[in-house]
Amino acid sequence: MSTQPTSTAIVQPRSLVTRLRWLAGQRALWPVLALLLILAVNGIVSPGFFNVRIVEGRLFGNVIDILYRATPTALVALGMAIVIGTKGIDLSVGAIIAICGAMMAWRIQAGDPHVVVLLIALATGLLCGLWNGFLVAILNIQPIIATLILMTSGRGIGLMINLLYGGTNPSFESPFLQGLSVGRIGLVPTRLVVFAVVFTALWLLIRKTALGLFVESVGGNSAAADLAGISSRLVKYAAYLLSGLLAAAAGVIIVADTHTSDPVSQGLFVELDAILAVVIGGGSLAGGRIYLGLTVIGALVIQALTTTILTSGLPPEYNLVVKAVVVLAVLLLQSDNARHAVTDIFRRRK
Amino acid sequence: MTRERYLPLLATIVVFAALFITGGLLYKHFFSTLVIGHILADNAFIIIAAIGTTFVILSGGIDLSIGSMIGFVGVCMANLDAVGWHPLASAALMLAFGALFGAAQGFTIDFCKAQPFIITLAGLFLLRGACFMVNLDSVPIRHPFVMAFAGANIPFPTGGFLASSAIVMLVVLAAGIVIAHFTRFGTYVYALGGDSASALLMGVPVRKTIVSVYALGGFYSALAGVIYALYTSSGYPLAGQGNELSAIAAVVLGGTLLTGGVGLVAGTLFGGMILGLISTLINFNGSLNSAWIMISGGVLLFLFIVMQKSLVSSFGFRRAT
Repeated sequence: MSTQPTSTAIVQPRSLVTRLRWLAGQRALWPVLALLLILAVNGIVSPGFFNVRIVEGRLFGNVIDILYRATPTALVALGMAIVIGTKGIDLSVGAIIAICGAMMAWRIQAGDPHVVVLLIALATGLLCGLWNGFLVAILNIQPIIATLILMTSGRGIGLMINLLYGGTNPSFESPFLQGLSVGRIGLVPTRLVVFAVVFTALWLLIRKTALGLFVESVGGNSAAADLAGISSRLVKYAAYLLSGLLAAAAGVIIVADTHTSDPVSQGLFVELDAILAVVIGGGSLAGGRIYLGLTVIGALVIQALTTTILTSGLPPEYNLVVKAVVVLAVLLLQSDNARHAVTDIFRRRK
Repeated sequence: MTRERYLPLLATIVVFAALFITGGLLYKHFFSTLVIGHILADNAFIIIAAIGTTFVILSGGIDLSIGSMIGFVGVCMANLDAVGWHPLASAALMLAFGALFGAAQGFTIDFCKAQPFIITLAGLFLLRGACFMVNLDSVPIRHPFVMAFAGANIPFPTGGFLASSAIVMLVVLAAGIVIAHFTRFGTYVYALGGDSASALLMGVPVRKTIVSVYALGGFYSALAGVIYALYTSSGYPLAGQGNELSAIAAVVLGGTLLTGGVGLVAGTLFGGMILGLISTLINFNGSLNSAWIMISGGVLLFLFIVMQKSLVSSFGFRRAT
């Protein structure tokens, strides 16, 4: 009985208004709201949107399709989120995907076991990350420019690898690698399982070790982090390595899906989508913040938008324009000046 | 100013000369005004866009919307041509549009205190999407003026000629040099790129300068689009894809620091010419794959950035962060 008054005393101030205010303060609100809004619009436009059926032993439906297609972008975006957390940027992820694809096609043609090919592809991504990290962390080159180098030359390197054995856009057959990309485990597409494993591992690495804190402190103020005893070089290096590795993972999924190495167009513009996913998820390009979960939501928002445009019967060409409008809307919401301008207008009316 | 300021430009010219001499030693007929004339004409639109980008980068920003602008301008000009507009009239309209679009980007960047990278990325999406919304196919421009423009040139004494697109490029390059080095606006741009906080304290009108810089960038990339459309006499919605990177590479090869505040507009001409020279050399060889163009571009970019870094540290240029 004696506990009764204390519990009411705690509950009392939590009126609806304070709860709403608490909710509005949550940074997860906007991206999640955007995703729900897009899904709701879809549900209204096409009534069967949320139906999930089982066709040929696998889950099938629009929502599953969004998850399925968003996976490569989400993988790349997770790496991008960590790099952006160090106040950097990685423009070369699309080129890394192209190089990994070329490596996979080459090694499969050369007759390597397919598990080894997978490891080679991931190692290639790490190697690319090693190069980017060297430029940014050791030579102190601005991240945009440092990664621009691999971005411009990477697709050329992919073409050169294809030429090593005289192939232009060689195709390959690999039940193992294709299983990773388009197969299923039980009812669930394999790539979603792969993504869940990667995400959990990354979350543990960032949030359950000190690495996340180190990254955020280096991104916030790298000189201060150095004075506090954190080697900002090492942390930046780790970020680019992770980004390269995750881009390679996305590359395996994309290339195994088409089972063709096409360095000119594979992963084209994925860097832009990945950066967009991070920004929609509330990450600031000024560094110092990593939101892994919200970055995934950001990738889902982008894919949901694309799917919406395709299912709503609008020409696919509108996709880019809608994306641009979303970017601008997110930036205006984040900007103090724009918010003040809006509140000023409301005040004047009153 | 100090002599060190001209060192990166000197290095660019040395690399250009070295590449040109290499080409001359390797291939017959390489040492000719014809080759120079072709490099100038083929790369005129990239160099024009890169001159605008030079201003944006000098101010400490970046503009990713260039390639999409080139595509959009071409598509619009082709469609206006189909309804009977004179190419000069549609060109004037597109130049005004380019300046306005750039100004809008600049205003958003300053007003939202947003990263230029993201805002101009939105610009890239917007314009490329707009290209596709106008039409999906390549549309020819059939007005007789286009033929007359393509045919107009100034012959060199030894068989080569300066094509009309190259003439336009040299004229706007001269205009760019005047704006950068002989106007108050130019000084503002350097001040802003060098240290925006000090620039603000010294009374540089920051918002006006940023809006003008991006308007200038938009104008130059729209002009690049006009030249490209006239040169190819068509409008194609995928035209110019990735050209923003070539333009940025040309600026970096030209000796301008990406951190802003250091660099010369004239260097961009040589930066763009180096890129053109590489692809000409590879075309002259004939047996080399086009993949080499991408790779050698990347290698050269890397070498220049490292060279700039060592110059910066040995002569104590202060880096703006």
